[in-house]
Amino acid sequence: MNLETIAQAAYIVAALLFIMALAGLSRHETAKTGNGFGIAGMVVALAATIALAVEREISVLGVVLLVVAMIAGAAVGLQRARVVQMTGMPELIALLHSFVGLAAVLVGWNGYQQVEADPGGAEARTLDALGLGGIHSAEVFIGVFIGAVTFTGSIVAFLKLSARISSAPLMLPGKNFLNLGALVVFVALTVWFVTDPQLWLLIVVTLVALALGWHLVASIGGGDMPVVVSMLNSYSGWAAAASGFLLENNLLIITGALVGSSGAYLSYIMCKAMNRSFISVIAGGFGLEAGPADDTDYGEHREINADGVAELLADASSVIITPGYGMAVAQAQHGVAELTRKLRERGVEVRFGIHPVAGRLPGHMNVLLAEAKVPYDIVLEMDEINDDFADTDVVLVIGANDTVNPAAAEDPGSPIAGMPVLTVWEAKNVIVFKRSMSSGYAGVQNPLFFRENTAMLFGDAKERVEDLIRALPATSTAHAAASA
Amino acid sequence: MLVGVLKEATVGETRVAATPATVAQLLKLGYDVVVEPGAGAAASFTDEAYAEAGAAIGEAVRADIVLGVNAPSERQLDALSPGATVISLLSPALNKDLVDDLAKRPITALAMDAVPRISRAQSLDVLSSMANIAGYRAIVEAAHAFGRFFTGQVTAAGKVPPAKVLVVGAGVAGLAAIGAAGSLGAVVRATDPRPEVADQVKSLGGEYLSIEAPEVEVSATGYAKEMSDDYKARERQLYEDQCRDVDIIVTTALIPGKPAPRIITADMVASMRPGSVIVDMAAANGGNVEGTVAGEAVTTDNGVTILGYTDLAGRLPTQSSQLYGTNLVNLMKLVTPAKDGTPVFDLDDVVIRSMTVVREGELLWPPPPAQVSASPAQAAPAKAAAEPEPEKKKLSAPARIGLIALAGALLFLLVAASPPALQGHLTVFALAVVVGFYVIGHVHHALHTPLMSVTNAISGIIVVGALLQVGHGNAAITWLSFAAILLASINIFGGFAVTRRMLSMFSRS
Repeated sequence: MNLETIAQAAYIVAALLFIMALAGLSRHETAKTGNGFGIAGMVVALAATIALAVEREISVLGVVLLVVAMIAGAAVGLQRARVVQMTGMPELIALLHSFVGLAAVLVGWNGYQQVEADPGGAEARTLDALGLGGIHSAEVFIGVFIGAVTFTGSIVAFLKLSARISSAPLMLPGKNFLNLGALVVFVALTVWFVTDPQLWLLIVVTLVALALGWHLVASIGGGDMPVVVSMLNSYSGWAAAASGFLLENNLLIITGALVGSSGAYLSYIMCKAMNRSFISVIAGGFGLEAGPADDTDYGEHREINADGVAELLADASSVIITPGYGMAVAQAQHGVAELTRKLRERGVEVRFGIHPVAGRLPGHMNVLLAEAKVPYDIVLEMDEINDDFADTDVVLVIGANDTVNPAAAEDPGSPIAGMPVLTVWEAKNVIVFKRSMSSGYAGVQNPLFFRENTAMLFGDAKERVEDLIRALPATSTAHAAASA
Repeated sequence: MLVGVLKEATVGETRVAATPATVAQLLKLGYDVVVEPGAGAAASFTDEAYAEAGAAIGEAVRADIVLGVNAPSERQLDALSPGATVISLLSPALNKDLVDDLAKRPITALAMDAVPRISRAQSLDVLSSMANIAGYRAIVEAAHAFGRFFTGQVTAAGKVPPAKVLVVGAGVAGLAAIGAAGSLGAVVRATDPRPEVADQVKSLGGEYLSIEAPEVEVSATGYAKEMSDDYKARERQLYEDQCRDVDIIVTTALIPGKPAPRIITADMVASMRPGSVIVDMAAANGGNVEGTVAGEAVTTDNGVTILGYTDLAGRLPTQSSQLYGTNLVNLMKLVTPAKDGTPVFDLDDVVIRSMTVVREGELLWPPPPAQVSASPAQAAPAKAAAEPEPEKKKLSAPARIGLIALAGALLFLLVAASPPALQGHLTVFALAVVVGFYVIGHVHHALHTPLMSVTNAISGIIVVGALLQVGHGNAAITWLSFAAILLASINIFGGFAVTRRMLSMFSRS
């Protein structure tokens, strides 16, 4: 037993703790414990690694830099975590992905400098003896490539989500060929690099990957961001796994694979919820194909004011609220939570129906509602609540559009046909909170707005919800007068 | 502007075009209202009630806008001021003489019964509101003429079976009849050439009898189309069977602009049990039943009563006046967006265009058809949009299996060719991917965001690589590692901290 074997044992423990961390997230009750397992795993892994680094005769400068970097990183990370708005979670997550990607690029470059750039060095000789010299070069390349794609992709996603750049898809001519071309170049360069590890090849592949990551995400529109963010989550995992191969470190491989498959699974769920294939999301341009001039006469929508809605709510025995990204944009979640509390005090059954792709991040709406102290047991998934709309008196659609579009279920010619949607139109009354009559992300007009049981409440969602809360207490008497 | 409410000239008309409640709403729109003395008497609205609501009592024909239920009489038309607007039921498709007469006068005429059947015009669709009342009343009339209970009962004096009611045509009137008959306790069946109404029939407690026809469609005007011969044969068979079985038949079948279709033949009537009752709601348009006399009740030789009343809605005058008056108010709301008492009849609006029979002496009938069903117009552009997505096509099952097998074989060869040291890592990798999928598959949907942030934190494990590289080899390696440690640390600490913060917010009620 020496420090090396102890470190390996610690890595296995850490890997198991990470698996338990993810398993703990399967239920609300165990989620916090799960996070604890994750932290424990990380502590074990870091302690073992630092011990290992010290044993391998790290320079004094190295120790100082290590400590400074970790403390600085911890300070920045903790501070960001403390101040971030829940509406800003997608941006933060995207930004964190980019860090993993960049770190993977740096680790890959270091791998190159330690081995390929130093063919006479100890590590290069060991690898060659095992016949792993070429494999190592390929690993460097793959790690750098995935890392760089993750890095720029996440940066673009971050910029789009934080509205620093337009979230409209970038449409370069032949964009699919550009993406495919970049992959072909990557494969060709890898083969070349394995046979002749030149520095300029590594530089070229880094640049190609950076450009590919940028272009890949730039050509995907804002509403597809849940898929993009999960995809980048997946990539950041694969980047870590590639670094694991490079460093022959099983902990990195296991963790990377866990994260990679988690992101892939989330992407799969998101794609299923939009009834689209992963390829078609990546190929992008959803909103543009769906934009033929649509002059169909859907009839006229009805408008309602906050007092009218309050009257309906006061009369209702069950209410379902279906929020969308618009609620996050308007920061209306606290008002919605307050409204929920008031209605529940009056004995109204209030529940939430969450579409899997509502918001810009998987589970985004749940986090927002949790922040506003909405109990999580009344926040239900689409599949759990879809059968209940028919028995519901009032549905409040707050900032959602495509996820409640009846065309998806009823009009086979619609661009979003077949996408599972919340069947809000089955309820007795539907109130749509909306800024204007413009169409949703998919550019598809929503026939829901023109249904007889639908009324539109125009304006900023936050203000309208607050109007509603003000209008509500007086309704028990106001309603008696109205019905007289 | 002055709105006048006529006293109906048609004999037997009990309805009135405005009630005190709708007068108040017209005043709110900025109009002055004058009601002819005694206009609402038959509908139990007194002149005093109108005056109380704010209307003047006086001569209504001289007003700028004249509201009526039926078309004004010759005498009333003669008395109109030039430039006046007449709004009432006109049946322009059937009353060609009336339309020609109107066109000779310097007036504008709007037909309340020509409102297109589109969603937004529903609030002024008088045919719907009247049909609803008439359907209800049809059942009341039938019950009156029927010598038995509607509901089944078990009494000390013996068991009474429930009456069986067949409603032909599940439009607004038909549905109202189904609801009324059902609530009296009868067994209700309904037929309609449009299979999509089956759910509506069921929702009111009726049984939908389908005439299975392949070519059934909704016509562009929202009414059922006339059907093919084959279909008619099946339909006849169905009605023959039903006539022998049921006690009450209510027919509501109408085709716009044409005589009502003959559905129940004399033979079918003859096959019904004595005491049975038929209410022919299409009597005014010729009747769905052979032997109907419009406006009268006739009893056939075998004791079947056929009611051909054409004033069913008018038999509930208070209610139908209120609904008709509200339809008129909704029309006035539509043409008075500014609520300033000045109407704007915008002919670009498909609703107004469809209703306008004559404008200032210019004949505008018939209007261009208004499209009700959105689907046909929509399909074309949608199809064009779908075409540039051929990649969506799913691979056939064998092709998919083939691809998977190919990928598997490639993977197999790749692993087999790799050196032993790498194979160990690949084993770990493959197992971790599988474990990852299973573990993540169980994560609650609501926790997907915390899942992402925690995976973010643990993917910061890449710091291990940088930790082992820092302080070894040249300065470039050390500084790059420094940067990597910094970034990965942000991830680790930030990720775990934000996950913790999020999870602490989730609370049960």
